Amino acid sequence: MKGFDNQTMRYDLQIIASWIQPGSKVIGLGCGEGELLQYLKEQKQVAETGVEVIESRVAACISKGLTVIQGDINEEVADYGDATFDYVILSQTLQQVYDPLALIRSMLRIGKKVIVSFPNFGHWFVRFQLLYTGHAPITPQLPYQWYETPNIRVLSIRDFRKFAREVGFSILKEATINTDRQDKTGNYISFMPNLRATYGIYLISQKPENLGS
Amino acid sequence: MSEYIRHDPSGRSAGRVEKNYFTFAEPPNEMILDSGRRLGPITIAYETLGTLNADKSNVILVFHALTGDSHVAGTYSDNDDKPGWWDNMVGPGKGIDTDKYFVICSNVLGGCMGSTGPASIDPAAGKPYGLNFPMVTIADMVRAQKALMDQLGIERILAMTGGSMGGMQVLQWCVQYPKMVLSAIPLATTTRHSALAIAFNEVARQAIIADPNWNNGNYYENDKPNLGLSVARMIGHITYLSDEAMRSKFGRRLQTGENFSFNFEGEFQVESYLRHQGAKFVERFDANSFLYVTKAADYFDLTRQNEQASAADAFSNAAARFMVISFTSDWLYPTYQSRDMVKAMKKNGLDVSFCEIEAQWGHDAFLLPNQRLSTLISGFIDSVYERL
Repeated sequence: MKGFDNQTMRYDLQIIASWIQPGSKVIGLGCGEGELLQYLKEQKQVAETGVEVIESRVAACISKGLTVIQGDINEEVADYGDATFDYVILSQTLQQVYDPLALIRSMLRIGKKVIVSFPNFGHWFVRFQLLYTGHAPITPQLPYQWYETPNIRVLSIRDFRKFAREVGFSILKEATINTDRQDKTGNYISFMPNLRATYGIYLISQKPENLGS
Repeated sequence: MSEYIRHDPSGRSAGRVEKNYFTFAEPPNEMILDSGRRLGPITIAYETLGTLNADKSNVILVFHALTGDSHVAGTYSDNDDKPGWWDNMVGPGKGIDTDKYFVICSNVLGGCMGSTGPASIDPAAGKPYGLNFPMVTIADMVRAQKALMDQLGIERILAMTGGSMGGMQVLQWCVQYPKMVLSAIPLATTTRHSALAIAFNEVARQAIIADPNWNNGNYYENDKPNLGLSVARMIGHITYLSDEAMRSKFGRRLQTGENFSFNFEGEFQVESYLRHQGAKFVERFDANSFLYVTKAADYFDLTRQNEQASAADAFSNAAARFMVISFTSDWLYPTYQSRDMVKAMKKNGLDVSFCEIEAQWGHDAFLLPNQRLSTLISGFIDSVYERL
């Protein structure tokens, strides 16, 4: 178990927070009730912006003093100029995006660095369920029935690495982690992560030769 | 805006308030208006709530909409049964907490509730201005409010808010006196009137102008154009509600019984409601003022400031932290107009939050008790105050 200042925050968010330089400019896409942004604002003095589509969550964020815009992440990113932010964070939302490629490109445009995390569909428990029960997998990380799931783009860690090669962005950091059921604690998985990690977290950027294109 | 004047069910009240008057721009130092004409002396009626702190850092300005006044909250006397128009929002422990903040609300220039307007006496003529009153704009209203701030010795405003035409004043302040405004909450408003909004205002104005009593604005010694003004108010009320609000409030219900009376007496509840609103309005509002103030709202266009071209340019010198709020059922200032405003603010790198509140009551939603709105406003203002 790895220790962090804020033990109440979800383990994957703790890892993301540890990657952010203090005093930087951050936008969180699909920021929920602003748990990570509030932590970054208070502990790392970042200038924060959040984008969230659900009114009650937006209200919760603003009431905490966070700067948050209610809207669709795919549309909102279009309004920002190139390299407006030091970090663009898409935490556990990639699997719910209709056009992940377009969104990743927009994120790489508006941010110098991008942090993306997602539940790993290559995890052994997912494979096990499909193989032995024949049912669409339901896991603590992907807890929905097939007919109600918002997760329309399930992917594995191996898929994301392949995606990086094909799209042509650099992976600066990778954290493949295994978490407990509540996601409060966890540990890094370096051996066979695609089979054993529940989440993949990536720090990515445009390749230098693609900058300005 | 409609009148929803009733006591806050919570029982909390800002308490006793009084209307104050400030007069400035005495000749020969008249105020120069956007139109180029000079106006003076100018009196501004205003009310304050709460206590100004020692370093004058807890000032909140509230701006009223088209037909509101300086009486934002509280009561004038112990047996006054009509609290101010935003009593549910402004008071101790409320969205705008008068235990913490010093709230100022003034009547707009061109209005008729204590500030100088077309019903005021023109000193040069010794009788009401009528149509000799110069056209005033939202920027002129803001100039007059700035003069009041100077008089009160207030240099920085912690937060300002207002809905509808009050929101226009918020936006205008932010570009006209950007260094004075720390944060701003435009509610249910727009950077410029749509053709639809201008059209409704024009029909309302024509109702007044078509009333023979209006007499080119010279009616102060005779019968007033009450018929025209009440029709104007009825039109306004239609735009402040929504299809859904009207359906749930009135439906097709009749005032009496089940059967049609086959005449024009106004038997549908919605007819009766509009007539009632019209009749009540003429008791307190001046028809010429209605013409001037609606025209000021129609002229308002933040994208035309300083001959600039786009909404993004309009906010180029703004510096405030913004929270923009719209309401789902508002078809007078629909959410897309707030989104355009937010987009322009984003393009200028401004710190802007935006929330679209689900509400069925149409444009009037910003005036009605709404826990979500109160929580947003208090949380936002508190966070600005804590950062000082």
